[in-house]
Amino acid sequence: MRAIGLLLWLLVAGLSPARAETLITSLSNHRVLINSNYTGTQIAVFGAIERDAQTVARATPYDVVVTVRGPRQFLTVREKERLGPIWINQDQQKFPLAPAYLNVLSSRPIDEITSEQLRARQKVGLSAIVNAPDFTLDRGGADEPFRAALFRLKAQDGLYLEDARGVTFLTPDIFRASIGLPATAPPGTYEVDVTLFADTVILARTQTHFELVKTGFEEQVGVIARDWSLAYGLATAAIAILCGWIASAIFRRD
Amino acid sequence: MPVSVLLILGMGAAVGFISGLFGIGGGFLMTPLLIFLGIPPAVAVATQSAQIVASSTTSVLSAIRRDALDHKLGAILVAGGLVGSALGVWFFAAARRAGQLDLVIVVSYVTLFTVVGSLMMKESIREFWHRRKGGALRLRRRAGEHAPYLGWPLRMRFYRSKLYVSVIPILALSLFIGFAGALLGIGGGFIVVPALLYIFRVPTNVVVGTSQFQIVCTTLVALILHAVTNQAVDMVLALLLIVGGVFGAQFGARMGRHLRAELFRFLLAILLLAVGLRFGLELVLEPTEPFSISVQEARQ
Repeated sequence: MRAIGLLLWLLVAGLSPARAETLITSLSNHRVLINSNYTGTQIAVFGAIERDAQTVARATPYDVVVTVRGPRQFLTVREKERLGPIWINQDQQKFPLAPAYLNVLSSRPIDEITSEQLRARQKVGLSAIVNAPDFTLDRGGADEPFRAALFRLKAQDGLYLEDARGVTFLTPDIFRASIGLPATAPPGTYEVDVTLFADTVILARTQTHFELVKTGFEEQVGVIARDWSLAYGLATAAIAILCGWIASAIFRRD
Repeated sequence: MPVSVLLILGMGAAVGFISGLFGIGGGFLMTPLLIFLGIPPAVAVATQSAQIVASSTTSVLSAIRRDALDHKLGAILVAGGLVGSALGVWFFAAARRAGQLDLVIVVSYVTLFTVVGSLMMKESIREFWHRRKGGALRLRRRAGEHAPYLGWPLRMRFYRSKLYVSVIPILALSLFIGFAGALLGIGGGFIVVPALLYIFRVPTNVVVGTSQFQIVCTTLVALILHAVTNQAVDMVLALLLIVGGVFGAQFGARMGRHLRAELFRFLLAILLLAVGLRFGLELVLEPTEPFSISVQEARQ
């Protein structure tokens, strides 16, 4: 394993002698507050590519892939199958660490940027992430339809997205991308991975994150429902009884 | 869950109108509607119980004012209902863990609605027929004429209802209603009332008040248990349903006084059969999307 790594390193080093790029990225916002009239938001990613003094300009242009991963969820995907006359949930597949939101933005279609092997190994692109071996338990092909279903259902909800033109270069060395978050994207920490490619290889990588935080009335209600469930239940019951009593007082007919 | 506030209010009012019209809780209509809207069944069932509490409180208060309540019978019903509720909430949580909650709810609705709907339809048609032929069909209580299980041990006297029956069948009925209520998000009035009326021969004037009393108590407990064990109660949604339902029910009740009883029951039977059929189709037809995702827990 180490030998192969060394060989690879030599190979890469041999191909690009003393050339090094650094990637500098920044988000427009690190903390998004969700209040009661929140309808989704946009977060901009800015990036600059710096070459050190020895590095000569490349013949091929740079490519950038921005991967945004939402908070992890334990998801179960179930399949309805026919049992006698009715359709019921039968087979299921668990995805213990599926991101609630997944967005891959790139400057060109991903399959043009790099090879399939590298995409699979480095988990670049939506299909590479969803089909990664560690995404769910491999059941020798039986897991394939479930991966596809997760992808399809999440895409329908606008939570798994891919935009092959999502990253725009303002100059050859400066780019920007806009991450669109729908209102259904859940609160939590969102990781933003920016990967710089040139000529199908990875040159540099940065990782940053932003947070989606619920505020105000709804957040308080949510926290109480979770942590003070008995009090929450009693309060709801009290409201219900009060409303019933008020109605009886208002509409009294005798 | 982004659902339009006005839509929920409107639905609450529409269902409240029907419930006022027929003198029933309306839970059995509202819960399916919420599910069809895309609200998770767990949340729909748990939240709807808050609305049932509110509407039943109104009817119980008016029953108390009219002295149309048998406290002793009510207490027995509540005792059985509470045990049933607890079992129902527990079963609800177990089915949810197993991923079969939706199936359990849908199958129960289909069975319940088809059975109750057909019985009601039969009854109303027969009544209608008798009236056309001139002979009045009346429920009469004759000495020595009742089902054998009413004479089982543990007999009790209910003065207000003019009853002397074994508590075992009453407890069994209330246990079942409590269980079904917690599982399906219904008050169960549309089962309790006919059961008390036709099986136990409780006088009409105390039936509704007593059954509403039982519904308030058991649904209240179911609501709190749902909040604690399943955390599926949505207070805001509940409030919207209550507000919509309260107003709708008043207008429905006013309208209902001009309807004839057997026509009434016939319409209700059609309504039940229609909702049952709608659920049944969902079960039998091939789903357009066989796969579904459920979130077990969020991880940071």
